[in-house]
Amino acid sequence: MNSLLKLNEVNTHINQFHILQGVSLEIPIHQVTVLLGRNGAGKTTTLRTIMGLTPASKGQVLWQEKDITALPTYKIAQLGIGFVPEDQGIFPLLTVAENIKIAIQDENDKQTQENLEWILNIFPDLKIAWKRPAGHLSGGQKQMLSIARAFINNNTLLLIDEPSKGLAPIMVHALIEAIQEIKSKTTILLVEQNFYMASRVGETFYILDDGKTVYQGNIKELVENENLKRKHLGIYKKTV
Amino acid sequence: MEQIFVLTLNGLATGMLIFLIAAGLSLIFGLMDVLNFSHGALSMWGAYVGLWIYTGLDQFWLQKLSGFNTSPWYPMVNILDFFVGILGGMLVGALLGWLVEKYMIRPVYGNHVQQILITMGVMLVLSEAIKLFWGSNLIAAPVPLMLDGSWQIGSLVVIKYRLTIIIIGLIVLGALYWLMQKTKIGLYVRAGVQNKEMVQTLGINVRKVFTLVFILGTSLAALGGMLMGPFMNQVYPSMGIEKQLLAFIVVVIGGMGSIFGSAVAGMIVGISEAFMLYFIPDAALAVNVLLMAFVLLIKPSGLFGERG
Repeated sequence: MNSLLKLNEVNTHINQFHILQGVSLEIPIHQVTVLLGRNGAGKTTTLRTIMGLTPASKGQVLWQEKDITALPTYKIAQLGIGFVPEDQGIFPLLTVAENIKIAIQDENDKQTQENLEWILNIFPDLKIAWKRPAGHLSGGQKQMLSIARAFINNNTLLLIDEPSKGLAPIMVHALIEAIQEIKSKTTILLVEQNFYMASRVGETFYILDDGKTVYQGNIKELVENENLKRKHLGIYKKTV
Repeated sequence: MEQIFVLTLNGLATGMLIFLIAAGLSLIFGLMDVLNFSHGALSMWGAYVGLWIYTGLDQFWLQKLSGFNTSPWYPMVNILDFFVGILGGMLVGALLGWLVEKYMIRPVYGNHVQQILITMGVMLVLSEAIKLFWGSNLIAAPVPLMLDGSWQIGSLVVIKYRLTIIIIGLIVLGALYWLMQKTKIGLYVRAGVQNKEMVQTLGINVRKVFTLVFILGTSLAALGGMLMGPFMNQVYPSMGIEKQLLAFIVVVIGGMGSIFGSAVAGMIVGISEAFMLYFIPDAALAVNVLLMAFVLLIKPSGLFGERG
């Protein structure tokens, strides 16, 4: 498999808690890989460990075969990894334009300008709210801004943490469409509790349980596998 | 009426001086989450070094050129010496700030108790070092000749040096506004005050921004200290620590990380102090502390701050 990012037996501690206890996964290039699991399984910590925000205490994070486990966060980001955290991480007092501008590493780069135009066409709400403080946006618009900001810099990989959380169903549908468009241009590692969304955008998946990867495969297989969904994700088939 | 004008001018000048010290403190507090108790001592070092350069250069010219003190060029050279002193004081403030951030504060980021203990230690060492170099007595700080005296506008008396302080304060405020609103570094700082973790995930070296902000903050504090000497006509080893208390009040009232908030709060505290010192001198500090308590009650994040 042609993988962009690889995690080898990654262990992460937060204070005295042993959160990741051997996470191994590979992110294939130009695909959407979904990280699934129950609450507390270690999905968010996996993304934070990749970004160096909660560094691994054991194991390796490899980016295009290069060990990046001990790199500081800003250097990991400079490699071309964009991060959309669970709380969106927008700067509420900055305008939408400033939230985007801060992420741009080279303002004269033609590709970045094209990316900006392209992503604003996908999220036209951001164009309308361009000069408004980001704190005034709705939850869905904040999510759009966060994804746009992570995408803008020609990033090769986007780590997106629960984008559908707290959003109205109509917004979830809009996000699904947006991610389906964005995935044509970049690789995505998506953490998602909403199985409907995960199954609509994902291609491969990993299931985490108690800080370990316990299952992996093609998302289409998972959609069909009621036993696996029930056992690891707590999803039961409607019988009515 | 004249008295109110004089007190207001005095209050604005005091407010600008406190703003210069508080602006850096506020940014360091807001962005780096560091409670820097050595800030006042760094400002005092700016005052002493600046004054030493200013008076030293002045003496040098007077000794070198006999009768120079009666020359029409002397006031111009004298004010030039004063501005060289300001630059020297700011450079020393920046250098000391860099050393304190790199060797004292960097190892204890995120640990407030250790930060307080270490920066208090630095404050004591810097204060004692002042006594070692310049002694513990008051040292006269003359106002530059061109800025000495006052203008009479109708029945109003405008003291030149106080007006100069207000103008310098406004220039600094304008420069800080430009830096914060119009440059990429300013954007990083404003974003960092809100969410520094996220700034790192965008590929920005926040540590470098921290160091720059610390250096900027301490050089501004040094500028405030240097301007304060001639304002009080003297410098003394505990002056920085005394003004630090007012700077902390200003930061709390204005809001952490807000330059504009520091400027407004500096004016409020300065004017309040000027009036109280005139009418009820014993209650001057108490009124400012009460003002801070009142703001904390109605808006815990300060008038222009977002973080509580």
